[in-house]
Amino acid sequence: MSLQDKISLKNKAAVVTGARKGIGAATAIMLAEAGADVALVNIHIDNVEINGVAARIRQLGRKVSIIQADVSKKQDVDAMTKQVMAEFGKIDILVNNAGTFSSSKLLESSEDEWQQVLDVNLKSVYLCSQAVSAGMMERHSGAIVNVSSIEGMRLFRDKAETYPVTKAGMHLITRGMAREMAGFNVRVNEVAPGSIRTETMKDVWKDPAVMNQMRSAPPMLRLAEPEEVASVIVFLASDAASWVTGEIIAVDGGTLC
Amino acid sequence: MNTCELFSLKDRVAVITGARRGIGAAIATLMAGAGADVSISDIDVSTGELDKVAENIRQTGRRALAVKVDASLKTDWENMVNLTIKEFGKIDILVNNAGGGRGGTLLTCPEEDWDFTMNVNLKSVYLGCKIVAPYLINQKKGAIININSVESLKAVLPRSHPYAITKSAMTMITKGLARELAKSGIRVNEIAPGSIKTEMMRYVWGQPGFDERMKQFSMWGRMAEPEEIGSVAVFLASDAASWVNGATIVADGGALC
Repeated sequence: MSLQDKISLKNKAAVVTGARKGIGAATAIMLAEAGADVALVNIHIDNVEINGVAARIRQLGRKVSIIQADVSKKQDVDAMTKQVMAEFGKIDILVNNAGTFSSSKLLESSEDEWQQVLDVNLKSVYLCSQAVSAGMMERHSGAIVNVSSIEGMRLFRDKAETYPVTKAGMHLITRGMAREMAGFNVRVNEVAPGSIRTETMKDVWKDPAVMNQMRSAPPMLRLAEPEEVASVIVFLASDAASWVTGEIIAVDGGTLC
Repeated sequence: MNTCELFSLKDRVAVITGARRGIGAAIATLMAGAGADVSISDIDVSTGELDKVAENIRQTGRRALAVKVDASLKTDWENMVNLTIKEFGKIDILVNNAGGGRGGTLLTCPEEDWDFTMNVNLKSVYLGCKIVAPYLINQKKGAIININSVESLKAVLPRSHPYAITKSAMTMITKGLARELAKSGIRVNEIAPGSIKTEMMRYVWGQPGFDERMKQFSMWGRMAEPEEIGSVAVFLASDAASWVNGATIVADGGALC
């Protein structure tokens, strides 16, 4: 089997949460380029961005579905899963990308703030994975890729914040599920991006002082585009990564090393 | 750029040591399949295996050069690199795969075995990087991939042995060079394989009744084929990994996660 065959996701069905822009949008398009049909899941679907992503995927000749869901709510996740199953008949790939950035300090944040960040970043991974895993195990085929952050792997500021806590928590979801589902030929991995030019992080990189700091943080001395994370997710979703599971890949230009 | 192009190594030149069989041979063949010309080398060219790998590469329509190299000898590296440049004109990818080891436990290991293991596993990587890096720096683009082992991350065997020590040390070559060479557009990463059906591991999987025991006790019920590491190496060498630098990718079916 050639590598191109291994990378190919022809006729696979993928679900990408938080697919409106940034890493989620880039991933959805690249999964379609590799041959997959893609369900675009977002809390806001009434916008030009997500329609643009859907149009690109249709142009590639793949099926696309736009689904409104707040993935931190079980009811929404169950409805979303049902809709994907009805339209695609199966789910081969789940990319848990939806998330929110928060710079709130742990010691100062309100209970509501804490709950919101925990629900969007961590509960969503639990709910979506639970919803699709039974089908994957039944068919003995599947790949889940979680999107965390290098902030979940090392402290970058001298304070406790809620956001990194959720990203660190994701590691043990990834590793635990990887072990639990290995016998069912379902792989679970995680990418930990750093210094990516996304909208979520624009408050950070649009501040010139922070931007300079960020630019000099990765040894490669630049910010990366969302597509540079998407390609790693496509690799992990494909048979080229058949022996890679429970792994967390830092996609950060070398910042962590 | 479509996905296939992103994972392509078309017209790149790769240098792979320890390529007569196992993981090295698989990487060489898969890289050729992805479009690269390949310079393969091994310390043992008497068995005909290295020529066979060269033949497989040529069958994919790519060029191959087979050279006898003891990777722990500077003169052998210089000779091979000179021949490679003469034949292919450049080097884009270096895969430090050659390795081995002697000596059971640190406490009983004879000094010659310690020195041998340090030389074949660690000095070889130092020499390879040092001799090949100037060609990569010169063209401001390149990828170095070191083949490590899960034994670098955990004391897998109930004994201390020099092999694991060299592999742990290799990680610091990877990380240090990743930072140093990033500004020259060169990425340095490593793969830590585990449970691969190579000759080195034949003492494990060659035992009678092994496959049956594996089904019972291992998460996956199998060991992996060398090609499953080859595909990770192609990914790391390709533009799909443009933001992956200084990383260790564990490819072990999740045993260590």
